[in-house]
Amino acid sequence: MTLSYILTILVSGLKLGAIYAIVAIGYSIVYGILRLINFAHGDIMTVGIYIILVLMNRAGLPIYVSILASVAISVFVGLLIERLAYRPLRDATEETTLISSLAVSALLQNILLLCFGAQRQPFMLPGFLTQGHTIGSVNFTNINIITFIITAIFLVALFLLLSKTKIGIAMRACSENMKAARLMGISVNKVVMVAFAIGSGMAVIAGFLLAGEYKTVYPSLGFVPGLKAFCAAVIGGIGSLGGAVAGAFIIGVTEILFAGLMPTSYTAYRDAFVFLLMVVVLLFRPNGLFGSTKGERS
Amino acid sequence: MLKIQDLVVKYGGITAVDGISLEIGQGETVALIGANGAGKSTTLQAVSSLVKIASGKIFFEGKDITKAGADAIVKMGLVHVPEGRQIFTRLSVEDNLRMGAYLSKDKKRDEKNREWVMDLFPILRERARQVAGTLSGGEQQMLAIGRALMSNPKMLLLDEPSMGLSPIITQQVFQVLRKLKEEGITIFLIEQNAYDALEISERAYIMESGRITLSDRSDVLISDERVKDAYLGGAV
Amino acid sequence: MKTNVKLRDCNLFRLVCFIIIPLLFLVFCALQPKSYITGLVITAGIYIVLCASLNLINGFSGMFSMGHAAFMAIGAYLSAFLTLSANVKMNMTPGLPGWLIHAQLPFGVALIIGGLAAALVAVIIGFPVVRTKGHYLSVVTLALIVVVRAVIDNQDKLTSGSRGLKGIPTKSTILTVYIVVIITLFLLYRIVRSDYGRGLVAMRDDPTAAQTLGINLVKKKISCFAISAFFAGVGGGLWAHYLTAISGASFYFTKSFDIVEMSIIGGMFTLSGSILGALFYTVVPEFLAPLENGLRIGGLQLPSMFGLSNIIMALFLIFLIIFRRQGLMGRSELLLDSWFSKDTYLALFRKKDYARLAEGFLNLFRRKKKAES
Repeated sequence: MTLSYILTILVSGLKLGAIYAIVAIGYSIVYGILRLINFAHGDIMTVGIYIILVLMNRAGLPIYVSILASVAISVFVGLLIERLAYRPLRDATEETTLISSLAVSALLQNILLLCFGAQRQPFMLPGFLTQGHTIGSVNFTNINIITFIITAIFLVALFLLLSKTKIGIAMRACSENMKAARLMGISVNKVVMVAFAIGSGMAVIAGFLLAGEYKTVYPSLGFVPGLKAFCAAVIGGIGSLGGAVAGAFIIGVTEILFAGLMPTSYTAYRDAFVFLLMVVVLLFRPNGLFGSTKGERS
Repeated sequence: MLKIQDLVVKYGGITAVDGISLEIGQGETVALIGANGAGKSTTLQAVSSLVKIASGKIFFEGKDITKAGADAIVKMGLVHVPEGRQIFTRLSVEDNLRMGAYLSKDKKRDEKNREWVMDLFPILRERARQVAGTLSGGEQQMLAIGRALMSNPKMLLLDEPSMGLSPIITQQVFQVLRKLKEEGITIFLIEQNAYDALEISERAYIMESGRITLSDRSDVLISDERVKDAYLGGAV
Repeated sequence: MKTNVKLRDCNLFRLVCFIIIPLLFLVFCALQPKSYITGLVITAGIYIVLCASLNLINGFSGMFSMGHAAFMAIGAYLSAFLTLSANVKMNMTPGLPGWLIHAQLPFGVALIIGGLAAALVAVIIGFPVVRTKGHYLSVVTLALIVVVRAVIDNQDKLTSGSRGLKGIPTKSTILTVYIVVIITLFLLYRIVRSDYGRGLVAMRDDPTAAQTLGINLVKKKISCFAISAFFAGVGGGLWAHYLTAISGASFYFTKSFDIVEMSIIGGMFTLSGSILGALFYTVVPEFLAPLENGLRIGGLQLPSMFGLSNIIMALFLIFLIIFRRQGLMGRSELLLDSWFSKDTYLALFRKKDYARLAEGFLNLFRRKKKAES
């Protein structure tokens, strides 16, 4: 085991962490405002991948156009889901909305099954994206670099949105105290819609990167990575965006290190490892690593 | 300006507000006084559409706002400063004020209001960039009132502004309310601290278990034997 | 004479509709062990056991577990080990300890041991689980599913890995399954109607108040989790001995969510709800299945549409929780109240029950007339 090997897997760990971060933020924003674990978040990701695939392969559109169109369509799907399946349950218990999101998840997966069948379809990134470089003794591909750039752009944009714009501050206000936010004339529905739009759009980008990693797509592809991203948000302290990002990188890196460094008979436990990691963190820090102990909604 | 007609509010099977009617004129300062659980807060929450109304009607400036949404009511210039302050503790003081002007599209006016609020409460200027959760109780109350003023309200609904504050801070808060009164803002004030409330207001209503039992000019009520016994501890 | 005796409150009506007719139906199925319907009825019975045990924890205790499939898997594998013959085990799962390879126990004992193992795991993981609140608890129970699946898939020598266990004897018949159903429902019914069960509900409705009443929340949560896991393990054992071939995939998210869904559909706040939910979840997709395989309507041949019945079920679930959150059964414990009350059975010999039945029938017509006029 050489240093360059370790550095190389570290890079892929960071890349995976970056992808998880994009997904985890979507979970975290929605959870912060609605206290809803949106199980369908991972499936929005899958929907987005399939749309890209169709636009690219069947409609023959260039990759950038396909991605942007897929983002637009998936944002619309996300908003539609919010309107039809979650908004009517605004005053319901946490469990009820949780079930609704499970049902939506099943719905999306089965719609994909109906449209595209259960078999795996190849998902190949264009050649220039997978082109490799070697810096020192560490291997890079273009997609790695692009992933880091995209994640950085998203984080900066989101930070600016949440700290500088009125709607962004309103989102933070809503996630802390919805009743007071209402008294300010803040429309909770609008804030929730923005949260879903951001989450869904980012999920598609993450889905594209993830499918490029897996090189294949199938209807239930997004569910488990979605759950892992949720684990990341929980580990970091859900509701805290910085926490979600930190949690995502922790999970991405430890997952890849686990898979890369453990004897092969253990590598199949990598999913289980991620979930156990979350359980252990919750055991010692019930609010996550960076979650505030205060800030429970009154 | 604000008119409440036969308002009834129920929580499950419990009637919290049991058919009250009251009226507040333009520029007036009116107090609603009563013990804990008399239904005062519920009345205010019903006005700003935070709780469902079982029956009755509410008018603001002649318009029926019984079924209006919370944002529409704020837009009309009727703003509620809730009990327990309810500021956004994780946002900065500045951002809290910004949320107060959420519906406003007029940046110049917002800027003017901000200056006005910070002149009223100089401490907020000092702490503008601080996270609101680090403010003291009195400062938080001032922020809550300041936040409400950011939307240029015609009328303020104040729910227990003196709750949990020391007497000195309470006096400061009431000092500010007097200033607002001079600026021509109509004030509807809920208080357990009956003496101060009667001092500042022109008229007052006394509320007991969901009903209004007494209403009169404040200077009359302040010397009323029943009010003295029940709310002024008989020692004024 | 004007009374408002409703038909469903008449003991005789309950006896006929909820006991005699279902029993006759079960006997009918038992006489045709190979028929398609019998398979469905067995499946429904196993789902009842699983769903009722899930309701104990999700409906009564207020914790929201989604990890039932993990406990099912534990019960399924262990009970299968105990009924499979030594030869088969030596081939498929040579890594098992010698005593387990040579153990061969009666089905009932195997089920109970499987359930106990599931309960033991529940107690062990109960400590971290009950420390978490609300949503976190649900997610931690999901994590358990992933962990159990990973163990099953990767411990080739113990579990035969992803190839799965095959050749498990068919022991789950109408008779055995429904004996377990009745025992499970009876025990759970006694539990929820006991002081312990009332304590659970108190804990659900107001944990702080329950604590001041002297209820030890941690102990209560863990014990409830364990009881629920026990029956889930038993249900898993039944499932294994019905399918005869199992693998990690049989006990993954989908299975867990299926049970959660039937629990919500029937109504998670009563045990009767779980019966209704399990029946609904078994029967309705059967009617939807023809759609998937390409139905012929008139002369029109519809294309086959895989996933359609799941889509319809998911949409139904969303509609249900928006418009009838408490589930089909609501808060009524009608079925179990009838089954486990001796009045229902004694009604056959009581004159006044016949009179009530007659009245109930008359009221039915009276109400109809009123509705018409």
